[in-house]
Amino acid sequence: MKQHTGTQTVKRGMAQMQKGGVIMDVVNAEQAKIAEQAGAVAVMALERVPSDIRAAGGVARMADPTIVEEVMKAVTIPVMAKARIGHIVEARILESMGVDYIDESEVLTPADEQYHLLKDEFTVPFVCGCRDLGEALRRIGEGASMLRTKGEPGTGNIVEAVRHMRRVNEQIRLVVGKSKDELMTLAKEIGAPYELVLQIKQLGKLPVVNFAAGGVATPADAALMMQLGADGVFVGSGIFKSQNPEKFAKAIVQATTYFDDYPRLAELSKGLGEAMKGIEISKLTESERMQDRGW
Amino acid sequence: MTKTTNLKANKIIGVLNLQGAVTEHLNMLASIELVRPIAVKKPEQLCQLDGLIIPGGESTAISRLIRQNDLFEPIQAFAKQGKGIFGTCAGLVLCGTETSHNEVEQLGLIDIIVERNGFGRQINSFETVLDIAPIGQQIPAVFIRAPYIATAGKQVKPLAFVDNHCVMAEQDNILVCSFHPELTTDNGIMRYFVERC
Repeated sequence: MKQHTGTQTVKRGMAQMQKGGVIMDVVNAEQAKIAEQAGAVAVMALERVPSDIRAAGGVARMADPTIVEEVMKAVTIPVMAKARIGHIVEARILESMGVDYIDESEVLTPADEQYHLLKDEFTVPFVCGCRDLGEALRRIGEGASMLRTKGEPGTGNIVEAVRHMRRVNEQIRLVVGKSKDELMTLAKEIGAPYELVLQIKQLGKLPVVNFAAGGVATPADAALMMQLGADGVFVGSGIFKSQNPEKFAKAIVQATTYFDDYPRLAELSKGLGEAMKGIEISKLTESERMQDRGW
Repeated sequence: MTKTTNLKANKIIGVLNLQGAVTEHLNMLASIELVRPIAVKKPEQLCQLDGLIIPGGESTAISRLIRQNDLFEPIQAFAKQGKGIFGTCAGLVLCGTETSHNEVEQLGLIDIIVERNGFGRQINSFETVLDIAPIGQQIPAVFIRAPYIATAGKQVKPLAFVDNHCVMAEQDNILVCSFHPELTTDNGIMRYFVERC
């Protein structure tokens, strides 16, 4: 019988299989194995984690394919990789390598300050960042199969992740509560495709999986994002910038599954050693804020 | 979706809620008359169930969570009592006895050797339709980084194939498939499972 690859169901379905899980940033095979052993549902292969990208400055690009390949060989779980916003060729290169998911990511320096990738045209699925419902629906309109609220990457500070998750969910409730004849104006106001706004009204939720990202540094942070309605969490710098990555990774995986079991969360949070050192958001200059990249 | 089955009494069907496509299974179960679906996170919940679904997700992650949260032996005991277990995709891997790598600690409920990600990476994931003798023809099936059954013991009954690879099978009270019925709008496979519980 005929087999159809790259369909919407297959691309979105892949993200559905990641729900309730933790996706971890890794920079080499050794870290990828630690992540897999700890129970990560996928790894994001990078040259540098976001906090090191911040420290290094300059232009951040797609990782060296050698690193991505090394990680793909090391683990059996899905491997994601980041392409710059609007960088068609980086995305096609990653697709040709057989990466399982591409993150069109504001953590890297954007290649296009006007247009995102037309992700519908790819066989590989994409995840994109969002800070509000309009941004979320624009990315879905372009073909994103999964979303993540942006937070502020590489800060170890959860405040922006919370802000973005709350905003998306608040705006979904707003759409659901509006009458149908009010939705065209609302679509215009938030800059979202009208058809997708109608779909939100009908479904009462996003049509794709939405993870939390950008600032998760402790098991309690991960559990908090799950309670706020995230389908799962991305942990970037939080794990391998902590004192004991193995223990930390395991604890975050557990906390994501048992996000409302407080005695268990207390146990998980004991003796983890120091979490990554965080950054106060107000200390970031405008050009240091990664979340503002994306249009 | 068809609601009716030959069920005569209510059935409580659990979906193992550690990681993966849990709500999709719960929603599909809820579309069937007389079925009460519940999400299961703790071993003490198993005793109230007539059947348990181990859903798709990442088999490595789910296997760690099963072990760390003391569900391994209770699920094996549940299967030994003859209660129905249905493993989809990652669930198939977990129900099996052996696999080519050792990242997954399997429950050994059905005598199959599993090739994880047998159809390739995500880029090779596909949708198709299958003929499944006891259920029907042209049943929609979604394969996502899907495993297949490489070898099966004599007591295992194969139910469906893709490219000559076995993708669905049963052995007594254990049913497994390497694809995702829960991502389609056809609940035929789910009805088949609950009728056996």
